[in-house]
Amino acid sequence: MIKLPQNLVEVQKQVIQVAKKCGLDFYDTVFEMVTYEQMNQIAAYGGFPVRYPHWRFGMEYEQLSKSYQYGLSKIYELVINNDPCYAYLLEGNSFVDQKLVIAHVYGHCDFFKNNMWFSQTNRKMMDVTANHATRIRRYMDRYGVDEVENFIDCCLSLENLIDRYSPYEAISYDLSKTEKEESSNINNKIFSDFRLKTSNPYMDRYINPPEILEREKNKFDQKKKEDQHYSFEKDVLKFLINEAPLESWQQDVLTIIREEAYYFAPQGMTKIMNEGWASYWHSKMMTEHLCTDAEIIDFAQAHSGTMAMSPTGFNPYKVGIELFRDIETRWNKGQFGKEWSECNDVQTKKHWNTRAGKGRERIFEIRRDYNDVTFIDEFLTEEFCVENKMFVYKFDKKTNQFVVDTRNFKAIKQKLLFQLTNFGQPTIHVADSNFENKGELLLSHAFEGIELQPDYMKETLSRLAQIWKRPVNLATVLDEKPHLVKLNEEGFHFKEINTK
Amino acid sequence: MSIKKDHNRFRDIVKGRIKENFQKYLTQEEMIGKQEKEFVKIPIPRIKIPKFSYGPKQSGGVGQGQGEAGEGTGEAQSEDGKAGNSEGQHLTEVDVSIDDLAEILSEKLELPRIKPKGQQKITSEKTKYTGIAPIGPPGLRHFKRTYKETLKRSIATGTYSAKNPVLLPIKADYRYKSFKVVEEKQTQAAVIYIMDVSGSMGKEQKKIVRMTSFWINTWLKHNYKNIETEFIIHDAAARIVDEETFFSTSESGGTLISSAYKITEELLNKKYKTSEWNTYVFQFSDGDNWSGDDTKICIETLKKSFLPYVNLFGYGQVESRYGSGQYLKDLDKEFDGQENLVTSLIKDRMGIIEAIKAFLGKGN
Repeated sequence: MIKLPQNLVEVQKQVIQVAKKCGLDFYDTVFEMVTYEQMNQIAAYGGFPVRYPHWRFGMEYEQLSKSYQYGLSKIYELVINNDPCYAYLLEGNSFVDQKLVIAHVYGHCDFFKNNMWFSQTNRKMMDVTANHATRIRRYMDRYGVDEVENFIDCCLSLENLIDRYSPYEAISYDLSKTEKEESSNINNKIFSDFRLKTSNPYMDRYINPPEILEREKNKFDQKKKEDQHYSFEKDVLKFLINEAPLESWQQDVLTIIREEAYYFAPQGMTKIMNEGWASYWHSKMMTEHLCTDAEIIDFAQAHSGTMAMSPTGFNPYKVGIELFRDIETRWNKGQFGKEWSECNDVQTKKHWNTRAGKGRERIFEIRRDYNDVTFIDEFLTEEFCVENKMFVYKFDKKTNQFVVDTRNFKAIKQKLLFQLTNFGQPTIHVADSNFENKGELLLSHAFEGIELQPDYMKETLSRLAQIWKRPVNLATVLDEKPHLVKLNEEGFHFKEINTK
Repeated sequence: MSIKKDHNRFRDIVKGRIKENFQKYLTQEEMIGKQEKEFVKIPIPRIKIPKFSYGPKQSGGVGQGQGEAGEGTGEAQSEDGKAGNSEGQHLTEVDVSIDDLAEILSEKLELPRIKPKGQQKITSEKTKYTGIAPIGPPGLRHFKRTYKETLKRSIATGTYSAKNPVLLPIKADYRYKSFKVVEEKQTQAAVIYIMDVSGSMGKEQKKIVRMTSFWINTWLKHNYKNIETEFIIHDAAARIVDEETFFSTSESGGTLISSAYKITEELLNKKYKTSEWNTYVFQFSDGDNWSGDDTKICIETLKKSFLPYVNLFGYGQVESRYGSGQYLKDLDKEFDGQENLVTSLIKDRMGIIEAIKAFLGKGN
């Protein structure tokens, strides 16, 4: 890796100046030039130079290298959410490309720093992943590579079972406090409950000797502990760290996997916004400030390349940038608020312009407060869908291909929101940690109309069973009927649940 | 680069997957005739970490572009796996060298190294003077290194003077040449392949034979460097051909096995004198010979000229619609209990792996 050459350092200075003038606010950003091999490695490691040893990074690397060799894909740039931000540029790109990428990177950096969904991420993640690598290497030395790797495989299978919103619910999540209050209430109650009645206060210490009361209380506590089990926990990984019978190194490995999952989660939650925001700004800065006349055609070429749409591939860059531009125009013209939404006259709406000029301000607010779900929910309009030729596609069993299903606005919006909710991942939580009073684990799938991939479900359950070390159960829907899937020593059992 | 380690780990997993389904890959025709350093593309199920995820085909998504409702989007499968791919169809191609496959083959079959005849080993031990040791016999004293040590010591202790550079080595200064025992793969091994290409051998039979001999050849080449190979094809007449021809020719005609044996005999007598060479002969046929008389000649040749000298004579017989399959029975009858003659009946492609096991597993 080498530092930027002098001409790009000049560009960087210029971009910083322009970006600040535009109102962007970012951490210091360190740029490094890398070869495509290094780029592929860093990309395989999720942007970090050091990760713990695991074969899947090797797999990613092979896929990236191959598709680069075959000319199918090329990574132009990589930015890491860290303070300072680190950004990698690909050696050998043209000067205009590098300029564009540097401008784009500052868009991302601003987003990382200011979007609220990133507010809980660790800004020293560069060091954290390196520490994780050291810890896992140490476990591998001590317990064997295969043993640790197998366990990591198990953990990674459950990696998506975290509660993505929990980092922002710090107050309600402070369990210890409520628990304490509750238990002190109970304590008082117990003391009064176990106390035998006596009319003479002086007799009390004979009728209710403290050691007997203490014994009764302990008995009760014991029973309460036995009865107590998790009845609802969305963060399955956290639950397993606390409750599964794990060795301490296993607990630590699971903690590492969970920590990294939470770090990467906001990037998935804001894909459209983040790319849209960065694209909006690189486009604005390039066309209004940075490009010389000679460079503008090259810029347009590169820019339109990243904005290309494909029939079944949803391009977050394109949708993001267009939405931001749409919002800016609407708020500039005052096309919002009560009057606007109550107006039914098409002609009036078409020429609506109050010269409100609030566009820029509004998009900065949005980049601070929204994530993809809320962004789409609030700002995707029917006009926008028509303009951008959006449609819902589905799989047609007869022709064995994907076909256009509908161009109905509501359907598009619903589909998009559904895909974005929980990242298009099924929502599965812990329902009972002492299922049927046998110490079995019960997970519950919040069914939203789409069934789980059966083979993956089975494999994942058997990995979960390796961690839980007792039979595991999953309540889900199979073949359109609610089922309870149980995995015990004898194998899988599928039982239909009768819902009356 | 640190990714190399992870990448190798992944490659190991891939190799493991190939091993699991090796039967399938073994019978892939496009591999036949490749050289050991060449790469072949092998489709394996995509290796993925299973997670709870939505079933693919029901889901669909949002796209952008032209098209009326009901029209195809033009993409049956989307690349990123978000939709359109169910397990099983989802294959990824990996590049594997034939050499690697040979390695996997021996692991899979637990093939022993072929032990050559007698007490001779196919790997010979050789001593190589490569190292330096602080002890050893005076005859192996290394003057230069000893001098260096002495010089170093005397400079370090300050007894060295440039005006009077006399050096007296003490015991600790002496250095000796030391040797290492290196195993050298013996090159004196010859393998002769005989294939029946007569008319009674159908297309499929020839394919099976080629696959079997290809893998035997690949495996032997992988294990013994500089191995000599000869390829003989025969119908009623036999001739020596090169490797490429062997794996690609198809002829038709009658069958005289003795014609091939004659050439083999000549090779064994002249080129690969059995006193100097470890020899292996593999013959493949559908078991159909022109006449009982010819078979008699063959058995005589085997008894007189082959079996007393060769390390191994392997006979693989493919089942064919036209062939009588008599030859295998004749051999089994005649040579029951003969150590260095192995016969194997290859019913179909699935039998290839058993045949290889029978041939190369021998010698233990």
